[in-house]
Amino acid sequence: MSARQDLVVVGGGIHGCTVALMAARGGLSVALIERGALCREASGVNAGTLTMQMTRVALIPYALRAHAMWADARSWLGHDVGVVVCDGLSLAFTEREEELLSYRAGKRREAGAPIDLIGANAAREVEPGLGEGVRLAGHCKVDGYANAYLTGLAFHRALTDAGVTLMEHRAATGIDREEGGFAVQTAQGVVRGTRLVIAGGVWIEPMMAWLGVSLPIKVLINQLAVTERQRPVMRTVIGIASGLLSLKQYPHGTTVIGGGWQGVGDRERGGVALMPERLIGNVRLACHAIPALKEARLARAWAGLEAETADALPAVGPIPGIPDAYVCGSVHSGYTSGPYLARLLADLILEREPALPLFPIDRLLPPQAGRAAS
Amino acid sequence: MTAPLPFDIIVLGAGPAGATCAATAAEAGRRVAVVDEQPQAGGQVWRAPMGGFPGKGDADQASGDALRQRLVTSSATRLLGHRVWSVVRTETGYRVDTLGPDGPTALEAPSLVVATGAHERVVPFPGWTMPGVIGLAAATVLLKSHGVVPGRRLVVAGCGPLLAVVAAGLVKAGAEVAAVVDIAPRSAWLARLPAILGQPRLAARGLSWALAVAKAGVPMLSGHGVRRVEGGAAVARVVVGPVDAEGAPADGPERVFEADGLIVGHGLTTASEVTRLLRAEHRFDRLRGGWIPVIDGAFQTSLAGLYAIGDGAGIRGQAMASLSGEALGWHLAGRRAEAEAARGRMAAATPFSDAMAGLMAERPAQVRAIAPDTVVCRCEDVTRAEIDAAVAAGATQIDQLKHFTRCGMGPCQGRSCADTVQELMAARLGTTREAVGQWTGRPPLRPVPLGEVIGAFSYDDIPIPTPAPL
Repeated sequence: MSARQDLVVVGGGIHGCTVALMAARGGLSVALIERGALCREASGVNAGTLTMQMTRVALIPYALRAHAMWADARSWLGHDVGVVVCDGLSLAFTEREEELLSYRAGKRREAGAPIDLIGANAAREVEPGLGEGVRLAGHCKVDGYANAYLTGLAFHRALTDAGVTLMEHRAATGIDREEGGFAVQTAQGVVRGTRLVIAGGVWIEPMMAWLGVSLPIKVLINQLAVTERQRPVMRTVIGIASGLLSLKQYPHGTTVIGGGWQGVGDRERGGVALMPERLIGNVRLACHAIPALKEARLARAWAGLEAETADALPAVGPIPGIPDAYVCGSVHSGYTSGPYLARLLADLILEREPALPLFPIDRLLPPQAGRAAS
Repeated sequence: MTAPLPFDIIVLGAGPAGATCAATAAEAGRRVAVVDEQPQAGGQVWRAPMGGFPGKGDADQASGDALRQRLVTSSATRLLGHRVWSVVRTETGYRVDTLGPDGPTALEAPSLVVATGAHERVVPFPGWTMPGVIGLAAATVLLKSHGVVPGRRLVVAGCGPLLAVVAAGLVKAGAEVAAVVDIAPRSAWLARLPAILGQPRLAARGLSWALAVAKAGVPMLSGHGVRRVEGGAAVARVVVGPVDAEGAPADGPERVFEADGLIVGHGLTTASEVTRLLRAEHRFDRLRGGWIPVIDGAFQTSLAGLYAIGDGAGIRGQAMASLSGEALGWHLAGRRAEAEAARGRMAAATPFSDAMAGLMAERPAQVRAIAPDTVVCRCEDVTRAEIDAAVAAGATQIDQLKHFTRCGMGPCQGRSCADTVQELMAARLGTTREAVGQWTGRPPLRPVPLGEVIGAFSYDDIPIPTPAPL
């Protein structure tokens, strides 16, 4: 490919796909480069939770708007991605968790999340499947879940329809700045663009290094599990005060158990193994919250990667010192908020005023040394 | 949760390969644990009678009894009736988590032997999920363990030596066999005759099965396959027709057999869940059952301390399985001369084993002939047409197909359909099986009830990690 695109996006997860989609619809010619298939890493293997109660306070305004986008996915993405909007509960089983929940729910409420604190009886009216021992619950009506594994299929269709040049199974191996833009190196040739978005999830760190920018990205290895199909045993999204449980039963009867318990893996190998004791711990929490899950069989467990910056807030904005280069990723609970943040970045690229501030990475870079010489 | 029990060697699977390996290494002084989900050792071929059934009293039962007795006499710790649900690498070797009759157990050892055998392959055809259709290997389980005949009038179809084993077993048990339908033409058997005669004892047993079936007047159709099963709530008729040398339907008259059951199997695939879970290197070998772990001359995989033997390392049958178990058992006990001798005997048994494996290998043309509306993934009801549509929508790899269709996401986790689905994808894309790849191995290795895997606990004992920042 020798023709220069208006925009080259490196990384085909939810951030890269959304930026590419919105930019293409805004009139730019766009190429999207992905080393595997679209949304097959974090964006396709996460728990699909669309909740405010595990979202960082600073992200609540974004997550609320992103939730609305997900609920309306069919209109802008062309596919509903199995989104179900339902009530969410964050539970406290101990005095310490009660304190944690009161504090955290209060802060999130201040940020705009409509969370009410309710007692055990009221919580059981919201979720009849609850077990014993609930002392307090955070109740939020803006909650729900998607079928994360459908994300890639949805974007594949949408991006193709929008005229984005999709380059799947094509790993970027380097990026050079050149007159008039950027040259992204791949084994199958160079891809040129006037503008560049780096949206490589946990691989943002090595990609930024190609541009001479040092942006440390921590890699989390989140363990997840799913049951076989069973009778309906719950109707809400369930979490706990500490955030280390996420639980929802899909319409077809399977229940996904998550919460960010850490498995074994790294950026190079992905999530390679699940720690059995941690899997058991996570499942114990799940069964404590919804006892009828004990009847189900565990069908599968897996591990997905999550990217985290030094302050655990997103890296979304221009790359300092490199005109026309942007980064988009590292959003905590990024599946919930990702589409909205990526849309804001697309607005910036399209020279529209973003409705909310971005998360520029200047704060994350060393005072001088990490900046690229411009 | 208590600390894992320490051993020198953990063997997964107590069939001819695993039990022989465990007994050999234990007799030579190693601390060995052998784990199997069945309540008794013996694997599928040497399955023990159960539930009061005295057994058939045949050669397989005698061999199984001898192996079971040897294992009991040895110092090996037997964890039977234990489902292995997790295997992970540790700093010092491998940790295995099981769910047994008394709840969860964990083991660890520097050496892990995978002797997990095979899964049966059934290439789908219209009606294959109808009640009354069961696998050839499944029928051997019913016959050997329980003396149960799965119907009154049965068609036995598919390929390989199990056809004769099952048909003869049914005849002996008093069932009516409507027909034996073999995909392979007679010429395929004739071409393998020299290799078969190289193992006179096994050849004689095969001949006795064939004669028993012939003597009962059972029609035997070579070069034929099942076209469809008719009925509704259960099997009523089995329609068969000629196939070509590649296994695809060929021109010629169909024949209809009234039957209340169909026993059908199209060979075996390697049960590679453990080696895939551990990310050992695999290669595609159609003759040996599909994707198999790469092993060296001492049965070690690409991971130090991880070994694969028996059909779990590639379909080779019982004789090779027993010998590989013996060779590895000696090897792990540091007895090089004995290990070398057992490996030498494997070489002599190879032509027979290859001949049988060849008859049971997947026939790509048969897979490609699956009709569009036939269900391929029976856990999630995914049809051939839906798989083709996912490929048309951009799926190029097997894990991606799962995301597009839920194919392989059900209780069997793709054990039943993987070989077929991968072949369909490769054919549709015009690419290789290697390019399509395998489904990523994940725990649990078998579905385990949540209520059992969590054991007894109090909330305060759950080691909940530190909360994420607010």
